Amino acid sequence: MKIGVFVCHCGSNIAGTVDVVQVAEAAKSMPEVAFAKDTMYACSEPGQQGIIDAIKEMGLDGAVVASCTPRMHGSTFMRTVARAGLNPYMFEMANIREHVSWIGKDKVANTRKAIDLVRMAVAKLAQNKPLYSQSFSINKRVMIIGGGVAGIQAALDCADGGLQVVLVEKTTTIGGKMAKLDKTFPTVDCSSCILGPRMVDVAQHPNITLHASAEVDEVFGYVGNYQVEVRKKATYVNWKTCTGCGACMEKCPSKKSKDPFNELIGTTTAINIPFPQAIPKRASIDRDSCIKFKTGKCGICAKVCPTKAIDYDQQDEMITEEVGAIIAATGFDLMDWHVYGQYGAGRYPDVITSLQYERMLSASGPTGGHIKRPSDKKEPKTIVFIQCVGSRDKSVGRPYCTGFCCMYTAKQAILTKDHIPDSESYVFYMDIRAPGKMYDEFTRRAMEEYGAKYIRGRVSMVYPQDGKMIVRGVDTLAGAQVEVEADLVVLAVGAEGAAGSAQLAEKLRISYDSYGFFMEGHPKLKPVETNTAGVYLAGCAQGPKDIPSSVAQGSAAAAKVLSLFSKDQLQSDPQVSKVDLKRCVGCMKCAITCPFGAIKETEVRGEIKAQVIETICQGCGICTSTCRQGAIQLQNFTDNQILAEVNALLSSETEEA
Amino acid sequence: MNVIALSHSQDRDFIAQVEKESGQNVSLCYQCGNCTAGCPYTFVYDIPVHQMMRLLQAGQKEALLSCRSVWLCATCQSCTTRCPNNIDVAHIVDVLRHMARREGYSTEYGVKSFVDSFLESVEKNGRAFEMGLLLRFIGKTGRFWTDVDLAPKILPKGKLSPLPHKVKNPEAIAKIFERFRQECQK
Repeated sequence: MKIGVFVCHCGSNIAGTVDVVQVAEAAKSMPEVAFAKDTMYACSEPGQQGIIDAIKEMGLDGAVVASCTPRMHGSTFMRTVARAGLNPYMFEMANIREHVSWIGKDKVANTRKAIDLVRMAVAKLAQNKPLYSQSFSINKRVMIIGGGVAGIQAALDCADGGLQVVLVEKTTTIGGKMAKLDKTFPTVDCSSCILGPRMVDVAQHPNITLHASAEVDEVFGYVGNYQVEVRKKATYVNWKTCTGCGACMEKCPSKKSKDPFNELIGTTTAINIPFPQAIPKRASIDRDSCIKFKTGKCGICAKVCPTKAIDYDQQDEMITEEVGAIIAATGFDLMDWHVYGQYGAGRYPDVITSLQYERMLSASGPTGGHIKRPSDKKEPKTIVFIQCVGSRDKSVGRPYCTGFCCMYTAKQAILTKDHIPDSESYVFYMDIRAPGKMYDEFTRRAMEEYGAKYIRGRVSMVYPQDGKMIVRGVDTLAGAQVEVEADLVVLAVGAEGAAGSAQLAEKLRISYDSYGFFMEGHPKLKPVETNTAGVYLAGCAQGPKDIPSSVAQGSAAAAKVLSLFSKDQLQSDPQVSKVDLKRCVGCMKCAITCPFGAIKETEVRGEIKAQVIETICQGCGICTSTCRQGAIQLQNFTDNQILAEVNALLSSETEEA
Repeated sequence: MNVIALSHSQDRDFIAQVEKESGQNVSLCYQCGNCTAGCPYTFVYDIPVHQMMRLLQAGQKEALLSCRSVWLCATCQSCTTRCPNNIDVAHIVDVLRHMARREGYSTEYGVKSFVDSFLESVEKNGRAFEMGLLLRFIGKTGRFWTDVDLAPKILPKGKLSPLPHKVKNPEAIAKIFERFRQECQK
């Protein structure tokens, strides 16, 4: 075998702390190496051409590129090798940047380690076999999990692009957090007026199937061919016959039920439609509040329902949806602000969250759009907004900036002045973060035109005194403590990944961070992809973002799905496990350990053998380490190849000794 | 206000020394001001605590060691409790007070004298001897009338004994002081 070794300078990234010329020189004496050279930027156009020319001129059978991580350019060089006429799997990468030059300054030691890594890559490549992909067909349906504004946008874009869309929403209506907002920044236009028509479009689109009050239970399969088990949670109302007339709500005697849509500042009936524009406009029963469920007596809603839709015996229903791609758009929840004992931790009724305030501002909210403080229902005249409650605060485990609170606080200060002209708003802030079109102008307007008093500093405590909430904070610009006697305190609570996002991530086999946000494939270049093929992200599920960004990401995820589905067949990764039939004893331990269900039992000449389904196998290698016979091997990562790498490493050590 | 000549007056060794003695990373402070917002002694401070942190980040040794605030801090730790970045601010102020003392500052002479009188009394008797402490404090400061109005309340309760009530083995306590002085010299 004739192997070529190409050692990349990466400008000064590698050459600064590794003697690349010496590495190339050392490679020349390695077994099977017929050609070795250093190159300034291996990934550049002339760099790749150099590799192609060398392969053709020297008649090489394989190439080792010593440069960066294969995550960065592994696929780049595989294509280069393929352009030179070789099988793309006759290629190995030695990572001498992330694993060598970036982590150590000792040039002699670095060079030695780089030579070792190249020697190992050469030893492995010598045993590589050409591999060939298989084609498999794809199911051109897409599932979108989460019916907030990001999920709605993704659903409409996919459906308009001709795809069949399955939209799964946890609550009984789509709309998400945006449906709870009164107005939106920086235009102060009505939130439900711009979102409502989009929600109706979802309901009426012939390509969209909507499952509200439903959650993803299990996910099987792989890109192009997912099977998703969806649990349709019992609503105790037959939604096929319910017309959303609301007669049940009028008569329901349990009028003091918790109202999660109104962030618990108002009450609703046990059987309810969350808000007038709900999609689907269908009633559902809150079991915990319903008298019929608690005592067995009542049943008034069943009596008044004109279509006899009430069904107290309804059970959760499991359905299986087959789709080719999934977009996770599960959004955010407010962090648990009860950790802030100094702001009352929920004990003071007149200290509320920004989302609760939003419901108060909304004309369809529990106060009919009148700002009334919860304790005595009086109109507040002095309102204090405290920003960064659960943002940029390591002491409560929330070091990140939620990013949109500065803007909605400015909006709420403006709306407060509109609602109560003789009111005064104070905003305690640390820094105003308003990058975006017309954003900074908007926060300035809150101060200049609406007279909101911005105080740079945090608040140390809030306590009640003589019917007021005393807010003690600091004005760091004046260098003094300040105190405000407030009627109402609004906390700009930060965002975290929606409840249950970690569990969903595990079902989807995608990564998530400690705050419940899903990890994108690459922080810059793959913002809507995940590391699982066929699973995409949109909206706040990926990280806190405002409405325009959520909508943009919804469209971006839809574009990714449309481009994935533009082909009729996908190519499988051939770097998968393979069974040596002579060695396999048919114990099927591999099938038990396989996390993807990629191994099935088969019979060969009357004997049980394991067989790998190549399109399902993800090449993780668990079967290889399970098999006692060494019969199932991950191709191009065989036991023998790994031993060859270890031997190559040891041979260099014995040389030095 | 004076110009802080950052190019000339930043004392990086001073920052490093404070960080070493307090075990805190001064760079973590992002000036939210929550320490000052909660501080119950700001009303007597010449420099509020968040500005002390800022001056520390700027390496302003003279301004910090000569200020009154380091002596007036009661170490109630409100600042430490409220800090969103988990900086032990009270510990830093404590370190600054020790440094000020080592470098011969006594901007709040009364506070320094009281602390000294208290410790001298404990070293001698193994516990505080109030009358002795009082006389030492008056001797150092000449403040004869300080808190004299409390005497009629305290005297009948036997809190101002003319003779010290020593602990059983005051030498053991004195050894602690001795060990502290030896450690300081190292």
